[in-house]
Amino acid sequence: MTAVLGAPPALPRPRTRVTGPAVAALVPLAVLLVLGVYPLVLLLSNAVHDDLGTVDLARWGELFGNPVFLDVIWTTVRIGVLTTIGCVALGTFLALVIAFVPFPGTGFVVGALNVAVSFPSFLITLALVFVWGDVGVVNGGLAAIGLGPVHLLDGQWGVVLAEVVYFTPFVLRPVLGALENVDRRQVEVAESLGAGPWRIIRTVVLPEVLPAIAAGGALVLMYSLNEFGIVLFTGAKDVQTLPTLVYSQAIGRGEYQTAAIAAVVNVAVSIGLYLVARRVTRAGVR
Amino acid sequence: MSADRPARLAETDGSTAPGIEFRDVTVRGDDGRVILDSLTMAVPRGEIVALLGPSGAGKTTALRAVAGFQAPSSGQVLLAGRDVTSVAPRDRGIGMVVQSYALFPHMSVAQNVAYGLRSRGVRRRDTTERVREALAMVGMASFADRRPSSLSGGQQQRVAIARALAPRPAVLLLDEPLSALDAQLRSGMLAELARLHRELPDVTMLYVTHGQNEALALADRIAVMADARLVEYGASESLYRDPEYAFTARFLGASNVLEGMVAGDHEVLVHGAPSALRLVEPVRGGSTVRLSVRPHRVRLLCGDEHGTNELAVTVTDVQWRGATHHVTGTIGTQSFAAELLELSVPPTVGSTVRFGFEPHDVVVVRDPATAVRPDHGTAEAAVPGPSRASRHTLARSMP
Repeated sequence: MTAVLGAPPALPRPRTRVTGPAVAALVPLAVLLVLGVYPLVLLLSNAVHDDLGTVDLARWGELFGNPVFLDVIWTTVRIGVLTTIGCVALGTFLALVIAFVPFPGTGFVVGALNVAVSFPSFLITLALVFVWGDVGVVNGGLAAIGLGPVHLLDGQWGVVLAEVVYFTPFVLRPVLGALENVDRRQVEVAESLGAGPWRIIRTVVLPEVLPAIAAGGALVLMYSLNEFGIVLFTGAKDVQTLPTLVYSQAIGRGEYQTAAIAAVVNVAVSIGLYLVARRVTRAGVR
Repeated sequence: MSADRPARLAETDGSTAPGIEFRDVTVRGDDGRVILDSLTMAVPRGEIVALLGPSGAGKTTALRAVAGFQAPSSGQVLLAGRDVTSVAPRDRGIGMVVQSYALFPHMSVAQNVAYGLRSRGVRRRDTTERVREALAMVGMASFADRRPSSLSGGQQQRVAIARALAPRPAVLLLDEPLSALDAQLRSGMLAELARLHRELPDVTMLYVTHGQNEALALADRIAVMADARLVEYGASESLYRDPEYAFTARFLGASNVLEGMVAGDHEVLVHGAPSALRLVEPVRGGSTVRLSVRPHRVRLLCGDEHGTNELAVTVTDVQWRGATHHVTGTIGTQSFAAELLELSVPPTVGSTVRFGFEPHDVVVVRDPATAVRPDHGTAEAAVPGPSRASRHTLARSMP
């Protein structure tokens, strides 16, 4: 640029203005390609090649003809949806209580929530296992007084319980934030117009925090469909979801193509359900 | 609306009871600080009373005490003679309009207006009719299906007023309803509110504002408040013409308050002025008094012109305000302002001019901040504090 000495100084500037942002945009794009897109392409490629590297689509047909595999998909979806419903109900309820029922220690509760969210997911599960597991505190106590063990964590309900406990803050926090932005004057005006607390929550407050509930719910749905640690740590042997299937096929048996196909299905289910959820909530918000 | 008398939500014990009554109401904030200090005041049924004062005066607190959102630590609030101090806000039968409109954003205009009817169990068929009626009253009938976000500020406030009036409340509370609007819209809405007041002669309205123009234009009576206390309460015109306190004179109409020595039965020598001013009302000798002179009652004297009362003022500032010239100056250490019809030759800064006015333009005022001594009085005995004074003015202005 400095070579064009005779040219008016205004000329080279537009070029730098264009190239500057372009370069700035290329960097994250390159990072995205290397870190995000390339592994996905690799995964897709693995899903359509057998272990020797030849194209093989027969495995797809085999897997989708296998009732166990279909049951894994169904289990994944079922646990995801149940967890989301549980988190949305519990999270919204708790947020309403924290926001509208004045009690000492609200700050502590919110702080504790923030800490809980920063825990690894299996930690909560492990804690639940210590309390409710087959050799946990509760069953130990029950055995001491001669009562049979309770199997709270066995099966899908154990997984759903653990996931609801862990994921509820992901709904609670955005809803709490949205509730703080609800104009208190609206609530007061509604009250002066003769509405009771339940009516105010239903007709004034909830419609205004619906987008936050939807956002939190969608997040929980995503996390739950892809949750691995919680399913593994509850020790529910008969509960197998897509992520644990990927793990057992890839690490346990070295069946990389099966693992890759399961992973692709997992991604497809996540995106598909997310789009459905978004469409449903958008229609609800309107 | 005015033809059929609106059905009352609150039960009345006869038409003589005031629409709203404060009996020694004290409200404390969350930190225990007094934010409304023993307010005693009655709003006659069907009147508009403006609570006027600077921010922090306690006027919104008083309004919220009537609405039920601020529980008094002592005292009672009565609506139409019924003690509602411990009644929930939703059972008080009041309408409320706030500065931010607080319309429900996810509902249409009609749904907003229907809200109070639906929650009070009015049948759907009647609701439709009354929503139409309420919207027509504020000139918003053609906007029934619109969303609040698609309306201008003035339109939103009209909807908020329709929403408050649709359940036909006995009391309408307005908390700075025009503060969010620009000046032109505000004067239009003032006229609208005055019309509504005429059309709804039974609705008692409490109007919180910090704008003296709104208060004077709309209110039957004005309650001037400062520092969580009622300073003075009376009919708007008498409060403007004959304020009892210097604060009222300054806040309601930006009056000049001058200090002087009593020089005769009807004469006061203003500090820094060469000759005494004549008053209509009698003053007792031997002490200092405060006088209020309205800036617009003053005229500029030139040449050999003379007024009954004259003050020589050293000009410190001249502002041209279109129709008027606003001249500020000093008399000794006291400042004095005059609002003069546009002058062809305005005085120059630094010059000394003579202002003239009549004896009836001079009003003796007191200062509640300093202890009022008996010999300061107008006609009555001394009044030590603002709350006593309010009762006094109340007694004088109530029928």
